[in-house]
Amino acid sequence: MNPQGWTVMLVSVSLVLALAGYCLYRVLRLPPVEMKDIKGPLEINTGDIADKD
Amino acid sequence: MGLDFLNCLAFGRVANVANQPNQGGEQWATRIGVILAVAGSAVGLGNFLRFPGQAAQNGGGAFLLPYFISLLVLGIPLCWAEWTMGRYGGLKGFNSAPGIYSILWPHRAAKYFGVFALLIPLIIYMYYVLIESWCLGYALAYLTGDLMKGSDATAYSAFFGDYVGASKNGILLDSNHRWQLTILAATFVFNFVLIYRGVSKGIEMFCRVAMPVMVVLAMIVLVRVLTLGTPDPAKPEQSVLGGLGFMWNPNFEKLTSPQTWLAASGQIFFSLSVGFGIIINYASYLKREDDVVLSGLTSSSLNEFFEVCLGGLITLPAAFIFLGSAAGEQGTFGLGFVSLPNVFAMMPGGRLFGFLWFFMLFIAAITSSVSMLQPVIAFLEEGFDLKRHVSAALLGLLSAMGCGFVLYFSKGSVALDMFDFWVGSVMIFLLALVQSVVYGWIFGIERGEREAHIGAHIRIPRFVQYMLKYVVPVYLLVIFGGFFWNDVLSHNELQATLDPRFAAHLDQEHPSEELLAALAEKQIDLSPEATLESLARNGEWIAVQVVEGREIRLATFRNTKDGLGVYPHKAGYVEKILQNPVALASVMFIGLITVFLMLLVRIAGRRWESQGRLRYAGS
Repeated sequence: MNPQGWTVMLVSVSLVLALAGYCLYRVLRLPPVEMKDIKGPLEINTGDIADKD
Repeated sequence: MGLDFLNCLAFGRVANVANQPNQGGEQWATRIGVILAVAGSAVGLGNFLRFPGQAAQNGGGAFLLPYFISLLVLGIPLCWAEWTMGRYGGLKGFNSAPGIYSILWPHRAAKYFGVFALLIPLIIYMYYVLIESWCLGYALAYLTGDLMKGSDATAYSAFFGDYVGASKNGILLDSNHRWQLTILAATFVFNFVLIYRGVSKGIEMFCRVAMPVMVVLAMIVLVRVLTLGTPDPAKPEQSVLGGLGFMWNPNFEKLTSPQTWLAASGQIFFSLSVGFGIIINYASYLKREDDVVLSGLTSSSLNEFFEVCLGGLITLPAAFIFLGSAAGEQGTFGLGFVSLPNVFAMMPGGRLFGFLWFFMLFIAAITSSVSMLQPVIAFLEEGFDLKRHVSAALLGLLSAMGCGFVLYFSKGSVALDMFDFWVGSVMIFLLALVQSVVYGWIFGIERGEREAHIGAHIRIPRFVQYMLKYVVPVYLLVIFGGFFWNDVLSHNELQATLDPRFAAHLDQEHPSEELLAALAEKQIDLSPEATLESLARNGEWIAVQVVEGREIRLATFRNTKDGLGVYPHKAGYVEKILQNPVALASVMFIGLITVFLMLLVRIAGRRWESQGRLRYAGS
């Protein structure tokens, strides 16, 4: 393995690892998609407010 | 209307209406799930076997320069385009390519281009599932110890030849090959179990487990390979560093060869699964607010991780350490199923590592093959309102027919090779070209950019849109032109020049021993049984051989000013079809499936039109 081979290998592997690591870091840091769809009790319009009496 | 009503009664479901989001249909459960599913679809045998071979034959480390350029110019932009178009089509109520294309390009002809996106995954599945079963069979053979055959290289070649039925058509159906058939049936059924469970509970659930398992298994084998040292002190050059050097030492002279650039572009193109009709189908199950830009980039980068960081560090270095430079001359199957078993047999702990390696390949293949079924299942369900068990049964029947065809015509893997070339290579180029034109010129890059950035967590640089419109189609055409010239057409290229005195040897009926020895010195194999013929043109001869009643040209000899030029004959795929009845039958089979799918697309299109789901421009 000559110095050029070392350079190409290290640069290639590092580039790919950096890109994959960055992307996974960004993806895994995002809030789960499902959480957006969950409604709290106050957000649920039951339709019975106007007829409370 | 009446038909819809009956369908609703019969199947308990309501058809999607155009411009209505596909909220009632299947969807991915998690963000990471869809990313792993798309990455799993892309990661396959090509990452571990094809990539290292291509790199070694095209300049080693120097190959990585055109490779990364192709990734940036061709691979990632096309991935983004497919993700964007797929989600857009899904939100308009379609999951299959014929429907999605009709939405992107409101024209009656659009749906027929979608036939490519059904045909490609379906035909590839027909032979890919067979290769997948080889991986499982090899993994099990390590458990039983059947593949520990010592250092005799011919034993592995014989094992592979017997396993795939290379000697005779129909041999895999005899009683001696029941084990292979059982494994194939199990693999086939496993794929359909996953697809039957659906996008979220089947494909996504499996990929979320399979992808991390693959990383772990590959890492274990990687550590084993990198700690092998110098197994044979008598051959100090065959060490770990020697193996890495064999793969990564750059030969920059190769960068001046168009073949290197062609190979690098082709590798990126096939590796990322662009133009397969799979990404567009997978992306159609996304919700409107789901990201496609970061997800597309992440799945592409994961594929690169498997290819460069694992495939590039394991396969060829391991093969070189035990087999020397001969390892780089093997094709994909030769490297994977002949050389590597030989390597594992000589490696300390080889039985365990051989099992882990082939089991990892099997998982990689499953994540790919299951993705090939989904586009057709989606089409059958939304085109004809079929329930899952009916669509799965129909697809099972269709794919089993094709798989049986490849299984029966096993001699020389001719049928497999034909399916792989005409569909797994040529049609993929065409579909990618269609998709880039649809995105850049019909859907439009302004709308494409707007759509891509809905819900996006990162931005696509503006110039990528212009690349998609102007550069990618031209780039694809250039690659396709080079590919067509190289592989479809036959060639007689000068490989060596002999002393002019050998011209006298060509006037005999068969080549003399002296001529054969001179050719062997130049690494040209010519059969002693070849017949030599002098052509009417002065100073030109050909060597031919009759195989199974057909005359096959082997080489041309021509007097040149430097001596006697030797031009070995490389048969292109058109010539192969004309020469071999099995090759011709394979192409006819592909044609038959194409016509059948076109018919189905026509019927489905009429149903969609009558339901008001498709509206064409001007109608």
